[in-house]
Amino acid sequence: MLLLLIFAYGCKRKDDPKPNVPTAPSLKLSFKNFVGNDTLSLNNEWYQNANGDSFSVTMYKYYISNIVLTKDDGSQFIDTNGYYLINSTDAASKVIDIKNITAGNYTKIQFLVGVDSLRNVSGAQTGALDPFFGMFWDWNSGYIMAKLEGNSPQSPNLSKQFVYHVGGFTGENNVLKTIQLTLPQKATVVSNSSSIIEIKSDVLEWFKTPTTISINSFPGAMNGGKPAKTISDNYADMFTITSVITSME
Amino acid sequence: MKGAICWGVSICFVLSIESCKTDPNLNPEDPYSFQIPNGWPKARYNFENNPVSQVGFELGKKLFFDKRLSRDNTISCGSCHQPFSAFAQIGHDISHGVEDRLGTRNSPPLFNLNWHPSFFWDGGVNHLEVQPINPIQNPLEMDENFTNIIAKLNLDTDYKSRFSTVYGNDSITTPRILKALAQFMGLLISHQSKYDKYKQGDASFTASEISGYTVFQNNCASCHKEPLFSDFSLRNNGLKPSAVNDSGRAHITLNPADLYKFKVPSLRNLKYTTPYMHDGRFSSLEQVLDHYATGIHSSATLDPLLMNGIQLSSQQRSDLLVFLQTLDDEAFIKDKRFQEK
Repeated sequence: MLLLLIFAYGCKRKDDPKPNVPTAPSLKLSFKNFVGNDTLSLNNEWYQNANGDSFSVTMYKYYISNIVLTKDDGSQFIDTNGYYLINSTDAASKVIDIKNITAGNYTKIQFLVGVDSLRNVSGAQTGALDPFFGMFWDWNSGYIMAKLEGNSPQSPNLSKQFVYHVGGFTGENNVLKTIQLTLPQKATVVSNSSSIIEIKSDVLEWFKTPTTISINSFPGAMNGGKPAKTISDNYADMFTITSVITSME
Repeated sequence: MKGAICWGVSICFVLSIESCKTDPNLNPEDPYSFQIPNGWPKARYNFENNPVSQVGFELGKKLFFDKRLSRDNTISCGSCHQPFSAFAQIGHDISHGVEDRLGTRNSPPLFNLNWHPSFFWDGGVNHLEVQPINPIQNPLEMDENFTNIIAKLNLDTDYKSRFSTVYGNDSITTPRILKALAQFMGLLISHQSKYDKYKQGDASFTASEISGYTVFQNNCASCHKEPLFSDFSLRNNGLKPSAVNDSGRAHITLNPADLYKFKVPSLRNLKYTTPYMHDGRFSSLEQVLDHYATGIHSSATLDPLLMNGIQLSSQQRSDLLVFLQTLDDEAFIKDKRFQEK
């Protein structure tokens, strides 16, 4: 036991930060949720979708995972085991700090909207994938990749709600979407700097292209299958990069 | 110099781990290790990322029999999965949830779960560790959520101590609860029936049991595959849909080709697990065999193997019933490790 303590102490000292050592480079992804040109405001703000239905949003969440960043020399940084749940009511959740990012000039980003199939079949997961967060279907195993809930006078439900829970990771109705975006300018990631890539998601895209959704005839998607696939095909183009900011320390 | 000390000590450290290494999964003397019985196929779940231990199993057992896992603290997993019923609920076609709410399906027995590729009558759940989420959250069963469960368990110092022992600190989380439950459920292995002893050469069959075994092999074994006595496939076995009109597998896949398909149950421990079928409609094995003889309801998704039912002579039928008794595992239902107290 004593030997162990010595071991831990002796080795730990080596890792102590020393003065004048440059800080590691930092890259953050900042997700900004919009409805068209307006910043998403929950509950009391009313919006209009492509079908002309008015709606408000009460819940908006989505998983981001399998992030890959490509440098101008073609090499890639892979954010291994990074799973993030972006929750519109939780400011901290909307900023992803890419751990152990390596220096380079990044020109492209790729990520999955949702949770890859392997993590859907591997039992009780931790972190953002903890079933505690209510993003896991208990009767039909698998993650809800994205959730949008709100109210609309066009909803046929007594509650006037619409509820879109998008899940399903196998077969023809697999909803997993890989998003590939080119940065409008290079993200120069070097020591003593921090870069932020701002990514906009647009809720309006859930309701259009390729399928215009009428809340009256399509008030809910709760069981995977074709309805979920339709919505995921729609939201596959909801992400755009609005800015790349690098600041030196 | 410091580097040398680190190396020296770390070698000692590794050596000391090696010298006292007792991988519980490899120790046949440890009743809380996972052993694959002789002649059985590989398991689907081998406690990867969830190393099984006695303290983990005991924590899982306490959770399994704890009514605080239900909203009003009236129902535990063990309420509908009782040890003396091979972890089914004997005498109940369907079980009662909180406030006596009734579901639509018969609570299945729990044993040899590590070999199951899917769970529930419709095979909707794909991993033992996430199986308990369903009954815990189902409004007709335990109607509880993990926020409340964690709050309740945190008030119990015995739980804090047990989580700390198993996981290194006393943080009670959903994945930790689920993994402990998986340790308990995964070690519920029924492999000591007369059939098992016969296969190991430790028991002999009577003439009637041997005849019944042949009847079984010729008429039942393609779905109820040895040695687990299920191939765990999902099939429509010709039950006429009841008023509930349970769509079975189609509820999961939304595919009409899967209508009325249910997971093939094991034939082990039938003595303890009446009634039978996904909705518990048959209270005796005689009724089950009558169904296969004359009761097959034809439909588009009926399993092709049952187009003509299963026709047995009265002698074959009685021999088959005698053989099926050799699959009852009294040692399993009386195993001290598995009892609530």
